[in-house]
Amino acid sequence: MKYAFFLGCTIPARARNYELSARKVAETLGIDLIDMDRFMCCGFPIKGADRSAATLMAAYNLALAQEKGLDICSLCSSCASQLAEAAHHLSWDDDERARVNERLSAVGLTYKEGPRVRHFARVLFEEVGAETIKAHLKKELGGLRIAVHYGCHYLKPSSIHDHFDDVEDPVSIEELVALTGAEVVDYPGKKRCCGGPVLPVDEKLALSVAKEKLDSLADAGANALCLVCPFCSVMYDGNQKGIESEFGVTYNLPVLYLTQVLGLAMGLDRKELGLNMNVVKTKELLERLAE
Amino acid sequence: MMGTIDLDRSDPNFLKELAGQPGGERVQACFTCRSCVAGCPISAVNRGFSPAKIIRMALYGLREDVLKSDFVWLCSTCYTCQERCPQGVSITEFMTLLKNMAIREGHAPAGVRAQLKRVTGDGRIYPIDDFDNKKRTKAGLPVLPTSCEDIKKLFQ
Repeated sequence: MKYAFFLGCTIPARARNYELSARKVAETLGIDLIDMDRFMCCGFPIKGADRSAATLMAAYNLALAQEKGLDICSLCSSCASQLAEAAHHLSWDDDERARVNERLSAVGLTYKEGPRVRHFARVLFEEVGAETIKAHLKKELGGLRIAVHYGCHYLKPSSIHDHFDDVEDPVSIEELVALTGAEVVDYPGKKRCCGGPVLPVDEKLALSVAKEKLDSLADAGANALCLVCPFCSVMYDGNQKGIESEFGVTYNLPVLYLTQVLGLAMGLDRKELGLNMNVVKTKELLERLAE
Repeated sequence: MMGTIDLDRSDPNFLKELAGQPGGERVQACFTCRSCVAGCPISAVNRGFSPAKIIRMALYGLREDVLKSDFVWLCSTCYTCQERCPQGVSITEFMTLLKNMAIREGHAPAGVRAQLKRVTGDGRIYPIDDFDNKKRTKAGLPVLPTSCEDIKKLFQ
């Protein structure tokens, strides 16, 4: 199993804990993630401002992977969605493809047929599969009550993600977490957006959206939140203290990437998984695990 | 934005203009069921925000009001409305279309314009510098390029 590894912008600069843990989990499971020096931003952050420019950037990345004969694996839900959407769009829009190729010729690339684009969690769910993952688990995470946040672009728009999971009743990430022996906690508002995309436009509004979920998780008695997107992590982990002070509440809820949860169950150590870089401290959670 | 709709402000060509672009194709099929509002995470915390209202305003041809409003920028692009719309309106893509048109006409939050400039200039939202690479090396991660030549060639 071999993929061009799409890191995007946020992960290498701001979510090294996600990158570290994903590389370790991939290595353990024998997924070959190939680093690509020439990859640039997927285009997602500028789609609202200029959709054509965003498509061009996505096409550039797709063409690079295509040139190497590789499919793409992304850790970021927005990157996965943007790249998959551009590939979908360019598969039928001949005019757009011609326009893109005219620009790509400046960097010596041609966009032909898009490679497959997969989120890392989807690769684990669909391709690696429960049985193989289970065979690599060494430690039961019994005693932990973990809630899952799917986020938006991991699954939506469903048409470009081949409907691989049900957007209204998703199971993929919860099934992966359940493999570890942790109790998966269901809660109202599970499919709700983190609010991250409106952060640059209206910070308080964005924090209010994230707060709703943190309230719901506190009511459900979750020990930790598990997610698969660096933007969502910025909202729930990075901004959790800000939400606490803005609204006068306390959560102290550790937020872990799926790869950190699986990594713990694989017996990888705290530092190897970058757990020391999580903003909300995970010490108490890990002590609960040791008991 | 609330209150009586002034149809003297209506631009009869707006609808045609929208229908010819990605995201605007099926907007006329909206029958105001408000499923989009019911599932909207922004409407849930800000009653003033309503995808249905934006669609209605567009259908009335209120071009200036729609493109100048802060409203379209509050859409978080979560796609909940688009997945649930019984009329098959690509609501999230429609919002993207409105944002694209608004910025072309000079109506966009400063943060959005700055982001566009940075991404199309540097090839990344967060350019990697030597300090980042030092932290990456310390964490056992590979060093990444600190500049992107291809982005300049793509957008020159």
